[in-house]
Amino acid sequence: MKPTKILLYILLIGASFTFLYPFYWMILASLTPESLLGDLNILPLEITFKNYQIMFSKIPILRSLLNSTIVATCSTLGVVVFGSMVGYALAKSNFRGRNLLFFIIVFTMTLPFQITLIPNYILMVKFRWVDTFAALIMPALNSAFAIIMFRQVFKGIPDDLIDAARVDGCGELRIIFQVLWPNIIPTIITVAIITFMSSWNDVLWPLIVIRDEKLMTMPQLVTLFAVGGRADAQLGVKLASAVLLALPIIITYSIFQKHFIRSMASSGLKG
Amino acid sequence: MLSYFLVSPYLVHLLLFISFPVIFSVVLTFHKWNIISEMQFVGVDNYIRIFHDRLFWKALLNTVTFLLIHIPLQILIALLLAYFLDQKIFLKGFFRATFFMPVVISGVVVTMVWQQLYGLDSGLINKLLVGIGLGKVPWLTDKNVAMISIAIMATWKNVGLYVILFLVGLQSVPRRYYEAADVEGANQWQKFRFITLPAINPTIFMVTILSTIGGFNLFIEPYIMTGGGPLNSTLSAMLYIYKHAFEYYHMGYSATLGIFFAFIIMMVVVVQKYTIEKDD
Repeated sequence: MKPTKILLYILLIGASFTFLYPFYWMILASLTPESLLGDLNILPLEITFKNYQIMFSKIPILRSLLNSTIVATCSTLGVVVFGSMVGYALAKSNFRGRNLLFFIIVFTMTLPFQITLIPNYILMVKFRWVDTFAALIMPALNSAFAIIMFRQVFKGIPDDLIDAARVDGCGELRIIFQVLWPNIIPTIITVAIITFMSSWNDVLWPLIVIRDEKLMTMPQLVTLFAVGGRADAQLGVKLASAVLLALPIIITYSIFQKHFIRSMASSGLKG
Repeated sequence: MLSYFLVSPYLVHLLLFISFPVIFSVVLTFHKWNIISEMQFVGVDNYIRIFHDRLFWKALLNTVTFLLIHIPLQILIALLLAYFLDQKIFLKGFFRATFFMPVVISGVVVTMVWQQLYGLDSGLINKLLVGIGLGKVPWLTDKNVAMISIAIMATWKNVGLYVILFLVGLQSVPRRYYEAADVEGANQWQKFRFITLPAINPTIFMVTILSTIGGFNLFIEPYIMTGGGPLNSTLSAMLYIYKHAFEYYHMGYSATLGIFFAFIIMMVVVVQKYTIEKDD
């Protein structure tokens, strides 16, 4: 091997170490007794599950895992179903105001959310949606990004396929969900991954509209546990909650990493 | 008719969660309101108040400081790592997947871990620095360092995404250009400067705009790590707006701050886009 190649591998391995080590340390620290944390570097010192026991007794973390799953799943379903419907209409049918609507959708993507954040909170108060899942799900059921993605992929589907389905007596909804969906699975996966991830990782909006601990999403609960006094400044206990927050994503990512990378890169390329 | 049925979910969304809030936001900027009592018309007081609000300008300056460190650092490291990955190497998929991992993991987790890595005495980074004979760095406790620390962490978290984008850019360069340059006797730097860089210019611009928009939204990192301290040195504009709205319930003033801040973001992005198009 040439010396430059060896240097290249050293740099790459060093970089990988930099990206993986913090997560490794976090998992290890969550399993280490509080008194030994200061000496923890690479090798495990003493393994204990006490931090997890304390954490489970202090916050309803499993409940928040369920909450996050419900919220992210509903938002994703909404975005995929409604996004397909709107994207299909924009791509394949002619109606008055179609171009205007498409222009508005593109325009809303350039609108910083700082403008709508406070009035949206007031709306939630007026609807009495504060401290309900409606506040987390309803505003997240539509996404301009998803509509644009679906419009693009539907535009590439030949009209013959749709006409043939119409001759067979399919209604528009059946055409979208039974005839066209099987042809656009990569786009559905991309939209689903991006929507699910952004819903799962969002903290700002839940912090604003959810105050009841039983209804909090997981990142929100962990955030408040980290900054509040309830962990009694016990680092290992806080990190145990961080591990549980990271674990579902780490596992899913390890299995589907190619899909994750492709989806998120394609959203970047379009944005 | 059917088409209107198909687009109706979005129309409801547009009216309820975008159009109404935008209009109501403008109305709010002329009022004083804490949600509970009556709205009180105050004219342009909220706008005037922004110009006297030194803490807001500090928060804005902090956010810009963050961007000025974060964006160049991110482009440089992403480009370097993408360049490494573009070589003929084993385990390319593994390296790519590890670089990308922090991108998918919640910022909450990343911030909680880095808060420990940055610890003054027990933090791993300082232990390492002392180990190789250097001094401790007050990562989160010095007002001149804390924002740099947050920018480094944000770079570590996001860089994987930009590595992938740069990699796509690098792979779009036809190999025969490099072969032709080899024939001409060009060195590595010349090949990079005159073939690679022009080809990935669009990617650099895209990365700049994406991370500008993302960087202006800086919130959860200072919220967890420093609470905006020390001495408000990591108070971001978003964190400041959040505090006004949801800790002090200044709805009118925070809506004004929101609109003003959004206006600044759009201006910066427009200027960036304009500069880019002029360059091309």
